[in-house]
Amino acid sequence: MLIKIAKPSDLHESDVTPESIYLSRRRFMGGMAGLGAGLALSGHVRANEDYSDVPEGDAPVWLREKISNTQWRAITPNDPDKDKIAPFDDASGYNNFFEFGTDKRDPARHAGSLETQPWSVVVDGEVNNGGRFALEDFAKPSQFEERIYRLRCVEAWSMVIPWLGIPLAEVIRRADPTSKAKYVRFETLVDPEQMRGQRSSFSIIDWPYVEGLRLDEAMNPLTLLAMGMYGRELPNQNGAPLRLVVPWKYGFKSIKSIVRISLVEEQPVNSWQQIAADEYGFYANVNPEVDHPRWSQATERRLPNSLFNSNTIDTQMFNGYADEVAELYAGMDLRKYY
Amino acid sequence: MAAPRVWLLWRIGVFLAALAPLVFWGCQVASNAAGPEPGNYLLLNIGIGGLCMLLLTLSLTPLTKFTRWKGFALIRRQLGLWTLAYATLHMLSYALFILGLNWALLGSELIKRPYIIVGMIALIGLAVLGATSNRWSIRRLGKRWKPLHKFSYVILGLVLLHFFWVVRADMQEWAMYAAIAALVMATRLPPVARTLPKLRYRLSR
Repeated sequence: MLIKIAKPSDLHESDVTPESIYLSRRRFMGGMAGLGAGLALSGHVRANEDYSDVPEGDAPVWLREKISNTQWRAITPNDPDKDKIAPFDDASGYNNFFEFGTDKRDPARHAGSLETQPWSVVVDGEVNNGGRFALEDFAKPSQFEERIYRLRCVEAWSMVIPWLGIPLAEVIRRADPTSKAKYVRFETLVDPEQMRGQRSSFSIIDWPYVEGLRLDEAMNPLTLLAMGMYGRELPNQNGAPLRLVVPWKYGFKSIKSIVRISLVEEQPVNSWQQIAADEYGFYANVNPEVDHPRWSQATERRLPNSLFNSNTIDTQMFNGYADEVAELYAGMDLRKYY
Repeated sequence: MAAPRVWLLWRIGVFLAALAPLVFWGCQVASNAAGPEPGNYLLLNIGIGGLCMLLLTLSLTPLTKFTRWKGFALIRRQLGLWTLAYATLHMLSYALFILGLNWALLGSELIKRPYIIVGMIALIGLAVLGATSNRWSIRRLGKRWKPLHKFSYVILGLVLLHFFWVVRADMQEWAMYAAIAALVMATRLPPVARTLPKLRYRLSR
């Protein structure tokens, strides 16, 4: 097990931090507060000092406020030396987001055309409490948490990324699903004017990009709706302003730039399953024993790597989150339900 | 004699132009501008580069016919060998940077993955053509040389198939190369091939 979900009764970092250190931190923060409460809002100081080298984004005021109230390091890797956070430039410069092109560098090049403010999310389907929500209102009731997760791509590379967001379970609870709700279906924005990949007449994807989870997967405490990373808002190429993060599944399950979340009765057909069902299943759980037809999944290349050190490591069952999620699949044949 | 020196310069120029992309990609990697997975960057770029070399090589015969300029024919063997060099570097990038020189893994991938099998067959084909492109082989093979080297058409098909199987969601780039390949092959159809020299004559009038 590599990830620990802190229980409220657990010791906090503050319980074991020497007094001199936290007093000095308080002095530092006091000094910062002297600059005015608007400081955090102006974006010149991030609530978490670890990302001082990460460029400031262009977050709206409400999002800066949410970020400054983040519960930092809510979930961290057990062994931070093994699971080192990837540099921001790599996490934001090497992306699969086919709405903006198929080359790994295309999203960073072209996603600037996406307008993420204002943004609204529709929650509908088998719910008592649905509707269209401004992203601000959608996020408001929940506290931001920072979670450092491994991200494993089906192409056999992986990175470790610190996300900021809210548990999907809270959003679903608020929507108040009816007894018919069995799955959650997600949709990405369709707007060929903003998303050049959707203009391609050679695209095999039938837009919008669709993903889905079983309700119990969606309710798992690890499942996150991210609105930020590296102590700032999401860059567009990483799925701004709202994306899913399901750390025990291959990256393509973590749908980006979400505009619709529907609670549904039938299992949704996700986009990749539609394109090549023999290659991409609905579950897409990281599983070293089940190969993708094009890539062995037994190992992965942890990025960044270098020319002569591919940084290859063994892939773990459920990407290392088996303790938290294995029971979801008890009794299922994971070769069949891949 | 000025002419031979001009031809030599032309050949050196083509050599440098073919080498330039490799140097450029190398510099990108050395200056950390190739992203978090430089091995994959080289693998993909060199692969596309190899396909371009093959298409350029196969364009030289119709270009010669059309323009009657000797320079195109003169660099055909060189570009053919560059194609082989790119293909070899592409395979080596895969073995070195992606598989980390794990030969057992290469063996099992070669059996399991159709796109790798097809790529490997194409590379072996190119190696055979490369090995038989020296003067001695041309003399030895005599009349059989030409039909043997027409296998480059088959190799082009294999390379496109290899590429096709790697594409995941958007066929645009592949379709572009396939269209160029179709054009290059169309110039080999006897009626087109016959018309090419006349076409130039007509255009120049």
